[in-house]
Amino acid sequence: MAEKKRIELMVCTGTGCFAGGAYQIIDELKKELELFGLKEEVTVVATGCNGFCGQGPLMVVLPDNIFYGWLETKDIHHLVEEHFLKGRPVKKLMFIPPEQKEPLPLISDIPFFKKQLLIVLRNKGIIDPEKITDYIARDGYLAISKVLSSMNPIDVVNEILKSGLRGRGGAGFPTGRKWQVASQQSKSPKYLIANCDEGDPGAYMDRSVLESDPHSVIEGMTIAGYAIGSTNGFIYVRTEYPLAIKRMRIAIEQAQEYGLLGKNILGTNFNFEIEIREGSGAFVCGEETSLIHSIEGNIPEPRQRPPFPAQEGLWGCPTVINNVETLANVPVIISRGADWFSNIGTETSKGTKIFSLVGKINNTGLIEVPMGITLREVVYEIGGGIPKDKKFKAVQTGGPSGGCIPAELLDSPIDFESLQKAGSMMGSGGMIVMDEDTCVVDVAKFFIQFTNDESCGKCVSCRDGSDALLEVLTRISNGEGMDGDVEFLTELAESVKDASMCGLGQTLPNPVLSTIRYFKEEYEAHIKEKRCPALVCRNLIEYYIDPNKCVGCLLCIKTCPTEAIKGESKHIHIIDQEKCSKCGQCMEVCPPKISAILKITGKDINNMVQLTELISCKEWKKEHEPAHS
Amino acid sequence: MPKLTIDDLKKIRDDSRKELYLREGNYRGKVIVHMGTCGIAAGAREIVNALLDEFDKRKLTDIMFTTSGCAGLCSEEPMITVEIEGAAPVKYRKLTPDKAKRIFNEHIIGGKVITDFVLGVGSERVG
Repeated sequence: MAEKKRIELMVCTGTGCFAGGAYQIIDELKKELELFGLKEEVTVVATGCNGFCGQGPLMVVLPDNIFYGWLETKDIHHLVEEHFLKGRPVKKLMFIPPEQKEPLPLISDIPFFKKQLLIVLRNKGIIDPEKITDYIARDGYLAISKVLSSMNPIDVVNEILKSGLRGRGGAGFPTGRKWQVASQQSKSPKYLIANCDEGDPGAYMDRSVLESDPHSVIEGMTIAGYAIGSTNGFIYVRTEYPLAIKRMRIAIEQAQEYGLLGKNILGTNFNFEIEIREGSGAFVCGEETSLIHSIEGNIPEPRQRPPFPAQEGLWGCPTVINNVETLANVPVIISRGADWFSNIGTETSKGTKIFSLVGKINNTGLIEVPMGITLREVVYEIGGGIPKDKKFKAVQTGGPSGGCIPAELLDSPIDFESLQKAGSMMGSGGMIVMDEDTCVVDVAKFFIQFTNDESCGKCVSCRDGSDALLEVLTRISNGEGMDGDVEFLTELAESVKDASMCGLGQTLPNPVLSTIRYFKEEYEAHIKEKRCPALVCRNLIEYYIDPNKCVGCLLCIKTCPTEAIKGESKHIHIIDQEKCSKCGQCMEVCPPKISAILKITGKDINNMVQLTELISCKEWKKEHEPAHS
Repeated sequence: MPKLTIDDLKKIRDDSRKELYLREGNYRGKVIVHMGTCGIAAGAREIVNALLDEFDKRKLTDIMFTTSGCAGLCSEEPMITVEIEGAAPVKYRKLTPDKAKRIFNEHIIGGKVITDFVLGVGSERVG
């Protein structure tokens, strides 16, 4: 058959787009291409996560590099006819930057993509993750060829040491150092584990790497295995990641078939096998000793270190545990050299980092940026700022183990040390943006609730400490805070940090400590004035209908689920505070040009004139409107 | 399948890379077939087919092949525009599959403009 391919449609099938119907889009595309006789000229490629998840389902048209987002099956007929048959790109499916009118057709013009630097995600959206030849075409498995043909294990360790690569899972321990310790152990066998137990709310970096480029992890693991003298690798991935697991299984099978895994890899004496182990989603399994216990079939609880896993790990044998993203960096470092890699980033943090940018941000998605980029660039340039022009309040980095970083620190660089200094941490790369409508007490409560649930219970400080933190935070947000609560929280948080054995307990107080550090006045407002400045904590707010604005349209009355609003047509409506559940639906249905419903807190509640009797709008106006002269 | 050696791997890479050339984006120029309603009615489809056949025959991967809408001079369709890096774009008019093949071989590969078929050199100014 003659090769007539002239256009490739790179349709994202990461989990987000998959859930949004990417495969229905693919089916529709194939059907329409067939209809227009373009089947041979235009091919559809299912890729891993493109990163711009907020625009999904989406695709990139190559070679023209045109980006289409928010696709629906009903658009496809028109798209195929106009663009792929007649060559007229369809404007209405292109990305329009927030607050603007003109679309940006080219992916290279979209600010979300422009500022990114791809090392780990170099193949995202370009290869079909289920085809090993696509990975090989992009220089895949050349690094392992180089390692096996021209490097000793010690050379590999030294190269990684020299590159300055640090663990991407949270703590930022130098990867080469870990490998070095393991390679020096005399005991065998040795094991290698890829940690893909990603549990932070709102984070999906590692999942995307497995979904969009599984072979890069296999190659990284094989190189690591060679460096430390291991022939067995495990990928520990949570069972909630079905697509990642499926693509990883396919990739392992293909690599075995090609002799890139198994015995005598690439005709050498080196053997390496990889097994997938599915975890059932306990947050504590991200901690390395718990993860080891889980693979062994034991209860996932951490244990005291030392001995470190690199000395005594899985089944008592030397074990290196690296994060998925760390491992995906390895082939590139080997291929392009440690010097190239260490030129990217800052003095102490080399290379790039993947973040999942979520929360109150215009461009939700997955990004890879050089270390040292500022938070401002990430939030305002890549992220496109805060929706509805709201004010930026803080960004939580590092998930539940990280902390809130306030607006004053927006210009600080993103690297391991700066984030730690700010009271947060790099963590695995979750980045939750909060706007002025976010209450920091509520945020701290949310994260403590999460870690309290996920604490394995082994250490008293973590188990009961998180209980006590949660109790006080709940009290404060309920308006029952007392003098001394902030001091108590701080002291307790410090003790939980000091007395807990593993990373979970040691970091869980961070959201509390950082919000107290930067937003103490908000805690004080809750405690002293019973006021929630962001209008979030339900016990501290009330909804109220402004009699000067209400036109008596009945809309809110019809909507209220608890029948808390009384009134008649053209009479001012009144909310019965006893019945009100504070769901806020009345505020949403009140027409924007009327906007009669107010959300108030603190002193304002007492200052409001509460109507008790129904009065017609006309009568009210007559009594209250200033007399015309 | 037999186990790979490092040389086999490199061969697979070179072969697979040809499949992926559309994604690499290294082009020294592009050919645009104008496919407005007028173009299609005048036979632009056959021009596309003829050109794609030539691309396949020559295994050419450094020229981008693309289509666009009406060029504005409907009576001169089918038309194509050839843009080679470092040279002004050239528009060819009233093409047939054979003429398109000649343009492919003499201009795109050979670097010589076929003046007989040319409508104009350069583009309209964008105001």
